[in-house]
Amino acid sequence: MRSRNDSTILADRNSGAATPIASLRGISKRFPNVVANDAVDLDLFPGEVHALLGENGAGKSTLMKILYGFYSCDRGSISVDGEERRISSPLDARMLGIGMVFQVFTLIPAMTVAENIALYVPDLSVRFTARSVGKVIDELGDRYGLRVDPRAAVRDLPVGDQQKVEVLKLLVGRARILIFDEATRVLAPHEIEGLFEIFEMLKRDGYAVVFITHKMREVLACADRITVMKQGRVSGTIEGRQATESALVARMFGGSVPDPVFRQGGDAPGDPILELRGVRTHPIGMGVGLRDVDLVIRAGEIVGVAGVSGNGQRELGDLILGLIPCARGKRWILDADATTWSAGKIRASGVGFVPDDPLGMAVVPWMTLAQNAALGDVETYARHGGLSIDWDHVQRDIAASFDELSFEALDAYVPVRAFSGGQLQRAVLSRELGRRPRLFVASYPTRGLDVRSAMAARRVLVDLRERGGGVLWISEDLDELCRVSDRLLVLRDGRIVGEFLPNEMDRQRIGHLMTDSGGADA
Amino acid sequence: MHRAWGGIAQFVKRGWTVAAARYAGILGGALIAYAAVLLLAGKDPIRAYADTFSFALGTRYGFSEVLVRMIPLLLTAVAVALPSRLGLINVGGEGQLYMGAWLATWGAITLPSLPKAVFIPILIVMGFVGGGGWAAFAGFLRARGWVNETITTLLMNYVAPLLVGYSVYGMWRSREVGSAAFPQTVAFPDAARLPRFFGTRVHLGLLLGMVALLGLWFVMERTKWGLKMRAIGGNPEASRRLGIRLGLYIVVVMFIAGGIAGVAGMAEVTALHGRLRAGFSPGYGFMGFLISWLAGGSPLGILMMSFVLAIVFSGGTLLQITQGVPFSAINVLMAIILFVVLANPRFSSGALRRGFQRGGGRR
Amino acid sequence: MSWELLRGVISGTIMYGVPLLYTTLGEVIGQRAGMVNLGLEGILLVSAAVGFAVSSWTGNPWIGLGVAGIAGSVFNLVYAFLVVTRRANQLASGLTVMFLGMGLSAMIGRAFVGGGSKGLVRYQVPGVSLFSWATKSIFSYDLVVYLAFPTAVLVWWLLFRMRWGLSLRAVGESPSAAFAAGRRIAVLKYQAALLCGFLAGIAGAHLSVALARTWSEGMTGGRGFIAVALVIFSKWHPLRAIVGAMLFGGAVTLQLQLQAQGAAISPFVLNMIPYLLTLGVLWVWGGARRFAAPGGLGRVYLGEE
Repeated sequence: MRSRNDSTILADRNSGAATPIASLRGISKRFPNVVANDAVDLDLFPGEVHALLGENGAGKSTLMKILYGFYSCDRGSISVDGEERRISSPLDARMLGIGMVFQVFTLIPAMTVAENIALYVPDLSVRFTARSVGKVIDELGDRYGLRVDPRAAVRDLPVGDQQKVEVLKLLVGRARILIFDEATRVLAPHEIEGLFEIFEMLKRDGYAVVFITHKMREVLACADRITVMKQGRVSGTIEGRQATESALVARMFGGSVPDPVFRQGGDAPGDPILELRGVRTHPIGMGVGLRDVDLVIRAGEIVGVAGVSGNGQRELGDLILGLIPCARGKRWILDADATTWSAGKIRASGVGFVPDDPLGMAVVPWMTLAQNAALGDVETYARHGGLSIDWDHVQRDIAASFDELSFEALDAYVPVRAFSGGQLQRAVLSRELGRRPRLFVASYPTRGLDVRSAMAARRVLVDLRERGGGVLWISEDLDELCRVSDRLLVLRDGRIVGEFLPNEMDRQRIGHLMTDSGGADA
Repeated sequence: MHRAWGGIAQFVKRGWTVAAARYAGILGGALIAYAAVLLLAGKDPIRAYADTFSFALGTRYGFSEVLVRMIPLLLTAVAVALPSRLGLINVGGEGQLYMGAWLATWGAITLPSLPKAVFIPILIVMGFVGGGGWAAFAGFLRARGWVNETITTLLMNYVAPLLVGYSVYGMWRSREVGSAAFPQTVAFPDAARLPRFFGTRVHLGLLLGMVALLGLWFVMERTKWGLKMRAIGGNPEASRRLGIRLGLYIVVVMFIAGGIAGVAGMAEVTALHGRLRAGFSPGYGFMGFLISWLAGGSPLGILMMSFVLAIVFSGGTLLQITQGVPFSAINVLMAIILFVVLANPRFSSGALRRGFQRGGGRR
Repeated sequence: MSWELLRGVISGTIMYGVPLLYTTLGEVIGQRAGMVNLGLEGILLVSAAVGFAVSSWTGNPWIGLGVAGIAGSVFNLVYAFLVVTRRANQLASGLTVMFLGMGLSAMIGRAFVGGGSKGLVRYQVPGVSLFSWATKSIFSYDLVVYLAFPTAVLVWWLLFRMRWGLSLRAVGESPSAAFAAGRRIAVLKYQAALLCGFLAGIAGAHLSVALARTWSEGMTGGRGFIAVALVIFSKWHPLRAIVGAMLFGGAVTLQLQLQAQGAAISPFVLNMIPYLLTLGVLWVWGGARRFAAPGGLGRVYLGEE
């Protein structure tokens, strides 16, 4: 196991850290549709937090995945400890001491923390005992503020603790460079502070921490060095102490950041479109059951739902769509008691949706755009009692919808799995909005999208509100929610624990509600 | 309209030749491998194959026998192909076939005498209901998320022949002379016998088989139900969210599929034997499974493969008579064929089916 | 219930349960690695035929058992090749092996149909022979039976206390996570398949050589599928598999005893009992067990390719 006295304690910070622990030179990487990295140079030094800042699609994640051996670069070189190295797989990277915490964890939910980490212990004995691994976990945990119970099953841990297990995995595997890809996405505001404290402790022992993010505020709070990327190129590197928001903005966007005002703050919302009264649901599998949910969505209103993933967001959306039955309580849609309605009936009454995983949950991947569009409303397109389908009508509707939403046209006869994330989201939105829904359930509608697509998605949903629709907007991006919501709800453990009006939205308070953490100077 | 016909002709031709080449490759490989197995068992494969092909394609009787064998294969293959489009694996053709025969036998024996034109449709319906109900049960268990339908139908394949055996040895047992050694039911009335054609044993079942094939193609490719079914097969989760009633489709499709297999059973007993015997099926259900997999669930492919396998099948009976190889050795050939298909992803069901639909994308 | 009957039931339960236990243990290992093998039936048949053939030919049942075990491993390689290397659909691949086993076993066993075997030597448990009148038939079994429970414990140890087992379970739970941790997925799966095949091979040979002491076509009668159900029933845990196997052994025995005692129920109906019981078990517990299954298996059971 790891000993504190070996040479992995890196360069003393006081010496000025002149030698980079890793260097990337001239990295270029191209994917079929896009240039992800274009001649990127980067130096990583031990004992400092280096932030990679840029919008979604700027190439930061790709660059680090190349360093981690997940992708191979088309051109360029990587040096570790001054020597040029070929990194062709994550195994190679780990041998060199490079570790990465991804946005989607590679943990095994059913196994315990100790078992998960044991998989990463080099020279694990043939007879494996949970206890010895547990001891190491406790030691490391105490040292770096990563305390978790080794005997707990990973699936029982809150997301923040799961992230700690991911970090422990890397430390146990003798990583010296720790890369965090959008690590704050799943954390509540005060948990983010906790993460930065962990960065400090790691820094102190000479680790090099790379922090990929698109949030300026976070970068300014923790980074010693900031590299800004834009459209696959490095647009500047600034020392943390000297960085200002405007300097960063200038490098991220090349001008001023487009900040459309979303809330017109005009007409009061109209009649209720959705009402949930005292709803309770049974938990399914490893999910959460909703309890005592009272919710109203009115016409011309966006209701935002904030919360840590896994606290009932998916259940809430599915409940409204009719995919989960109400164990207790009532569900009213457009003045009709929809408590016992099937998903098909609810959909037919004017409810649309965009799920958090469009490819997996809203379309049939091998079918074409036309086929998927037809599936969106089969009855409308069926002829002769169902014996045939009017494909011309489908075509016309697709064109009309794309036009109305100001989306670029897409090839209607290609399997939709060939589309990029943004294109697919637009296709789904076009199908759903083309049906003129009165109620819309949007789950994480802009997650992982490039800037243009994210803006387009926001725009059409806000337009829906302007036209009198009611929108339930579930997101983990608090900034986004605060910008678009007419009312913001906080969901925790299947309960609505808070409701905020625009002038009350205090990120700290919301964050504490999200994680049930006292709120008093945690 | 003209354009449409031209287009259809184009892609059928293209699809046909490509698929034919693939099938030829698969079967060629399988036959060579089986020849090796025969050699190892000390039999003469050349003579075996020569005997089989000359009988099957050379004589009128031989050819008509091939068609007779093809009928249950067509039907059981459709019984597998239909649910496969939803992502369901129905291995229960054997059991559904027995249950269709069982219920039809009950009808043939118990119902009062009726004119043929009335009796036959009734028996067809009974065969359908018998097999359909058997399969719908498995569909129900799957729809509720309790038991995977592959396992259920497999287990029920063991129960159905036992039920038939129970009936044949018990309540329906024939007391005729000569039946003591070979238990069977009483003979069906003449009105219950499925009509045959041209003085051969080829019977109405052939028509039913073709209707099933055509129906499969039409429903899956053209109708709204087919689109929904393919959606379920492609992404059940998305289909649920789009309001498609998964459970209902699963149960109904299994019912129809089982019904088609049941009709196969009914046809066998009413057309060929005229009575119910225990163990009358030499594994038609499993062969239908094989055919459907080989053909990628495409109707054209099923037609072709059923024909070819019917030839091979008549070879099996021949082998038993002329060379003393146990009939279940045909299982080895089936396994080899299945192996070749599974081992080569280019031959996967999806790829084969899409090979046929290359002109498409529109639907 | 007479003492005779009770003795018969207990010894029958153990005799019928043991081959089921070995098979189930093998399948537990396979499913823990993420592979559902419906071809167990074929492996059982082939190893039963091979075991009987080799035993008769060499006159030594232990050699027959050993060769059958190896045959089972080799046979399962066919399944592993399709599923691991060619990434084929698991259920269909299993059926391939099932057909292969049905056919090959018939061809191999043809020369031995109806033949007899002297079976394996049976040992008494020392010290219990005091009560010989009561215990003679209960405690007189061959080595394979005595080793059944210890084998289950061994499998448990292997899966939960050894590094290999940890890696294997990781592969079954989440291949991507196992791969990220540097485990060689294909190698581990092949190893699991070999082990599964071996255990099933022993079970099959034991059936023909020691239990029935004869060979007939299709003699395993669906035990391979019942084992798949038992794996679910025992929540993929080797020790719980003991309970499941004994339960089924008991059911089969009860049915046979009823037949022997001349019960008024038709033998056909009695023969249905194991299958209906299996279905019942799956029905009642299958739904709840869904979430206890190794993560990677969900894809197989829910039919996603």
